[in-house]
Amino acid sequence: MKIKLLEEKVFKIIMVGAAVIILGVLLFIIGTVLYKGLPSLSWDMITKLPGGGFYLGKEGGVLNAIVGSVFIIFGSLALSILISVPLVMYINFYLPQNSGFSKTIRFSLDILFGIPSIVYGAFGFALMVYLGIRASLLGGIITVGMLIMPIMMRSFDEVARLLSRDLPDALLSLGATKYEMTRVLLKQLMPGLMTAILLAIGRGIGDAATVLFTAGYTDNIPASLNQPAATLPLAIFFQLGSPVPEVQNRAYASAVILTVIILILSFSARYFSSKFSKNKI
Amino acid sequence: MRRIRAFKDRSTRHFMLGIAIFTILFLVIMGLCLFFKALPIMKEKSLWVLLTSADWKPFKGDFGFLPFIISTFYVSLIAIIIALPLSLLVSVYLNSYASVKVRRFFEPVVDLLSGIPPIIYGVWGTLTIVPLIANNIAPRFVEFSSGYTVLAGGLVLAVMIIPLLISIMVEVFRSIPREMTDASLSMGATKWQTVKKVILRRSFSGIIAATVLALSRAFGETMAVLMVCGNITQIPHSVFDACYPLPALIANNYGEMLSMPSYESALMFSAFLLFIIVIMFNGLSRVILNQIEKRYQFS
Repeated sequence: MKIKLLEEKVFKIIMVGAAVIILGVLLFIIGTVLYKGLPSLSWDMITKLPGGGFYLGKEGGVLNAIVGSVFIIFGSLALSILISVPLVMYINFYLPQNSGFSKTIRFSLDILFGIPSIVYGAFGFALMVYLGIRASLLGGIITVGMLIMPIMMRSFDEVARLLSRDLPDALLSLGATKYEMTRVLLKQLMPGLMTAILLAIGRGIGDAATVLFTAGYTDNIPASLNQPAATLPLAIFFQLGSPVPEVQNRAYASAVILTVIILILSFSARYFSSKFSKNKI
Repeated sequence: MRRIRAFKDRSTRHFMLGIAIFTILFLVIMGLCLFFKALPIMKEKSLWVLLTSADWKPFKGDFGFLPFIISTFYVSLIAIIIALPLSLLVSVYLNSYASVKVRRFFEPVVDLLSGIPPIIYGVWGTLTIVPLIANNIAPRFVEFSSGYTVLAGGLVLAVMIIPLLISIMVEVFRSIPREMTDASLSMGATKWQTVKKVILRRSFSGIIAATVLALSRAFGETMAVLMVCGNITQIPHSVFDACYPLPALIANNYGEMLSMPSYESALMFSAFLLFIIVIMFNGLSRVILNQIEKRYQFS
């Protein structure tokens, strides 16, 4: 009798310990990045392009990488919204529930979701060589688009699945076509879509392996789709590889910028999803 | 008016069907593309030699992937060994013990851990884990270690797969009918006995599926592992040796390989290999998880 109560206590302590470890690791990671990066973070880092001798520790910032990342993420976002929104509406409101076709689509989305970003990178590169595109903004947009498409679809699909069936039925019985119904439902699903978008941005903006061969790297802001574009994760990676301590410190400062972006995205995604669950009651 | 509405309806329907078919085909296209890119090297060498030879001298035409394959499995295995017990304990805690408040608090923690980009994990790993291993852990076991080791890769990777493991396992535990745990508790079992005898037993297949899925995530992780694992082409003999996983191989050599067709093909072969392994692992675990979900819906 006593043993089982003792066991209960011991395991509870171990479990709480495990939870504390995981929380501690998260704080440790964010803390390390802030501790190393904040001293080197300056206004110049965010607002200036790399100047002459930037990679020897002279002045300049990583504006090229910030803008490049933003360009790539918006391009790939447009691409993946264009494909994932119609697809999610199709499997949820056009196909009959639990039909074999929608199951097949969901299954292939699950598989696509699990494919590593480096494989997308290699595939994107092969595709670009085939189409005759050099490492450029366009290449980065296409490859990152492929990466975030399944992320967005799965997250949006989860919300669309939960939508009450009464609304589509009511709309159809009022004589709306399925297309008109879709437009109304989309409005209803907007917070869910926002969460999916923010999640996709977070994943896309931080991924280095996809853009490594497809977007290239440059010190300038790309002026057209054919020009190479710098990205924030690669800026961190390349600066970290430098033997000059000042440049390495800038890598840490860039890491702070990226971490702050991710934190903001993550909390706004949380805000939108809580808003959605409020609408749902 | 009516015609326009009908036309809009029809054209969107066709557009959507097109996208749906494309999504399914995309996987096939990707596989075929990588396969044909890898074909030259597979014609040059037999598959057996590619997979089991340890000679890696691209400029002499030797392409043995064994060191990279072993490194990939080694690092992933270490990561699972560290991450699985931790995530299991936390998932059980969140499912059966924690109050709603704690659960609410932990959701963003897991979210953030999964949202932190690989490159940040890499920075963190080089700043903390690598020196820790080089100065404190390794000297107790071996004479010298740079810190850039299998263990460093495994540790960083473990932290990266923990959020995936926790979120799937919490889902799996949630799919167990409330009546079953209630029955156990009402018979006088303690919470922990219920966890052990009902929850863990009932969700065994789900835990396996989560593990397999996390493994496949670990196989493909590139930047973070690349930054901490040393990247030396060798078969690692202990956790304090440097290693060189497949994704790191692709990432490190992409720029220079264009001049040599067989080298390019070899790298594409490693991408193809990764693709096949990940699809197999992923497919397996998804089939199991879908079955669990089905059981949940009808029970």
